[in-house]
Amino acid sequence: MNGADAIIKCLEKEGVETVFGYPGVAICPFYNSILESEIRTILIRTEQNAAHAASGFTRVSGKPGVCAVTSGPGATNVITGIATAFADSIPLICITGQVNSELIGSDVFQEADITGAVESFVKYSYLVKNVNDIPRVFKEAFHIANTGRKGPVLIDVPIDVQNAQMAKFHYPEEISMRTYKPTVKGNIVQIKKVIKELEKAKRPIICAGGGVLLSNAEGELREFSETYKIPVVSTMMGIGAMPTRHPMYYGMVGNNGKPCANRAMNESDLLIMVGARVADRAVSQPDLITNNKVLVHIDVDPAEIGKNVGPHIPLVGDVKHIFADLMNQEMICSKVSCYYEDWIHTLDGYKEKMAVVRKPNENYVDPARFITMLSDKMEEDGIYVADVGQNQIWSCGYHIVKKGRFLTSGGMGTMGYSIPAAMGAKLAQPEKQVIAVCGDGSFQMSMMELATMRQHDIPVKIIVLKNNYLGMVREFQHYTYKDNYSVVDLSGSPDLEKLTAAYGMDFLRLETMEKAEETIEAFLKGNKSVLLECIIDPLDLVK
Amino acid sequence: MKRIYSVLVENRSGVLCKVAGLFSRRCFNIDSLAVGETDDPAVSCMTIVSSGDERTIEQIEKQLNKKLDVIKVKTFDENKSISRELMLIKVKYNRNNRRDIMENCDIMKAQIVDMSKNMMIIQICDVPERIQLFIKMLQSISIVEVARTGTLALPKCIDF
Repeated sequence: MNGADAIIKCLEKEGVETVFGYPGVAICPFYNSILESEIRTILIRTEQNAAHAASGFTRVSGKPGVCAVTSGPGATNVITGIATAFADSIPLICITGQVNSELIGSDVFQEADITGAVESFVKYSYLVKNVNDIPRVFKEAFHIANTGRKGPVLIDVPIDVQNAQMAKFHYPEEISMRTYKPTVKGNIVQIKKVIKELEKAKRPIICAGGGVLLSNAEGELREFSETYKIPVVSTMMGIGAMPTRHPMYYGMVGNNGKPCANRAMNESDLLIMVGARVADRAVSQPDLITNNKVLVHIDVDPAEIGKNVGPHIPLVGDVKHIFADLMNQEMICSKVSCYYEDWIHTLDGYKEKMAVVRKPNENYVDPARFITMLSDKMEEDGIYVADVGQNQIWSCGYHIVKKGRFLTSGGMGTMGYSIPAAMGAKLAQPEKQVIAVCGDGSFQMSMMELATMRQHDIPVKIIVLKNNYLGMVREFQHYTYKDNYSVVDLSGSPDLEKLTAAYGMDFLRLETMEKAEETIEAFLKGNKSVLLECIIDPLDLVK
Repeated sequence: MKRIYSVLVENRSGVLCKVAGLFSRRCFNIDSLAVGETDDPAVSCMTIVSSGDERTIEQIEKQLNKKLDVIKVKTFDENKSISRELMLIKVKYNRNNRRDIMENCDIMKAQIVDMSKNMMIIQICDVPERIQLFIKMLQSISIVEVARTGTLALPKCIDF
């Protein structure tokens, strides 16, 4: 058995079924050994998308997605995908081929110091110098990626190590790392303090972040919110932690969020941040949110607590465990009658009064109405993947999550995320309906993946909201530079009907809302790839 | 606010780079950095002197703890620790200033460890402020080159 065989065996031991990647000489031993395995390989069309696809796979399956690329440009191309996953705490295992270990440092063909280059975007990285280290490294890598504050781990394997013969393969059962022991259980003293604050509070609110979903704590959050009648808002990454139409859910906060959600957060007297970073897009002035309220910050990463805002009650641990412990505490206020009735009544009033009223141009498709209509017609447990740009903000605002998932690149805001991530999601759960929604800018960043979808028969449905502009930047230039548009015109974009025909894919076009219903129905029908182009007003704004 | 971090790390290649990279990536200051093996050859100790406001000081500790190669982070104030720095300084001398230099060395408890006809190397081990003072005293003579270790520090002994 050589090193490459050992890597494949490690992946099998970890239950990996799919590897996304792109071969090159330095990773060829790996791709040779994988032929002997049941593991499915997906040839992505550019390495960045291998990481995005693995990310979509991870977020739906809960198991770290795996991508494998070659040295040099293969490795550097994958960095944006890794950074995207890192910003959203998505666990990934990224295997990169490397030149012969004796040549490392001599700038030979396709050599890049990838472990050095990704240092600030990975949870951890390895450069494997001895073939016998492979089992330990992979065992540790999967453990590190998928525990604590999750994140990508990169393993760089020189070609000679992949080719080296291994004495005996032994996959370790346990991990002993003296430097890594993430906190899971919350401190009970702190948990009791939270309960005390809840008893005192008149206007509590929970702000759910992506950490709730990463910890699979949606059920616990819902139960806690329902039992004690505590309203919930979410960050962008927290969308889907509560069903959108749940009576206790008041929408997404932040500069692109719902006005009623922001008002709810500002007027609360007890804010419980759960698995959220308190980053600039969600809370623009972190210093102010502690002014007139008690802030509880629950996060698995101690470094997140107090980074942007100093909480009154820090609580480190896994969200799922902490909710379970919170539920086990005795609370004086009755569980049956609503303790915070007035507050909820006020918030319901805001929800109604502060609903955003859009004035759509009737000559085009109204993205807001279209997205809500699409959500209503989607399967209940369907997966909606939003890209980045105006399409993302409309998706956040108008997509209705029922039992499904909402995926997007929230932290890094990487354009082109939706199509590869949707492919990964579809491969993780082929029985689910998976829809990628992008703009014409973000579509063109990943349109090469139509070939991957065709080659590997991945029936993802794609919606392109076409306005011939980089809409989000155009909107920024509209407000900030008084319509002095610079480099946002997307003229020259391909005819999507011809493009999809070239890839043997079905195509639909919607020009106004008139035929929206039947077009959406036709679009959603059947488990096959189809691209729906929606012509939207080039001058439409998200705000 | 000055703060001293005593960071125990795995003695592996690349770890120094990761720790130093963390400081630059997050715009934390490094006033001084000294690294050496501990009594356990698998463990190195990095002594880092940094400065910043309270939140920065706390973040540095938390971010260091997050690094998977970091075994333990201890932090302490200057006045609660014993700190030392070693400096080797090469100066040019002549008949006229030789005596002055030797007197300065006596006052500062520095040693002349190497000598030629017109140059000498002086070694001094003291707290960083006094090292600075010694450099100042020698500035009127011509300094050829200087090598300093950076601050080493341990928290003061406390009996329980």
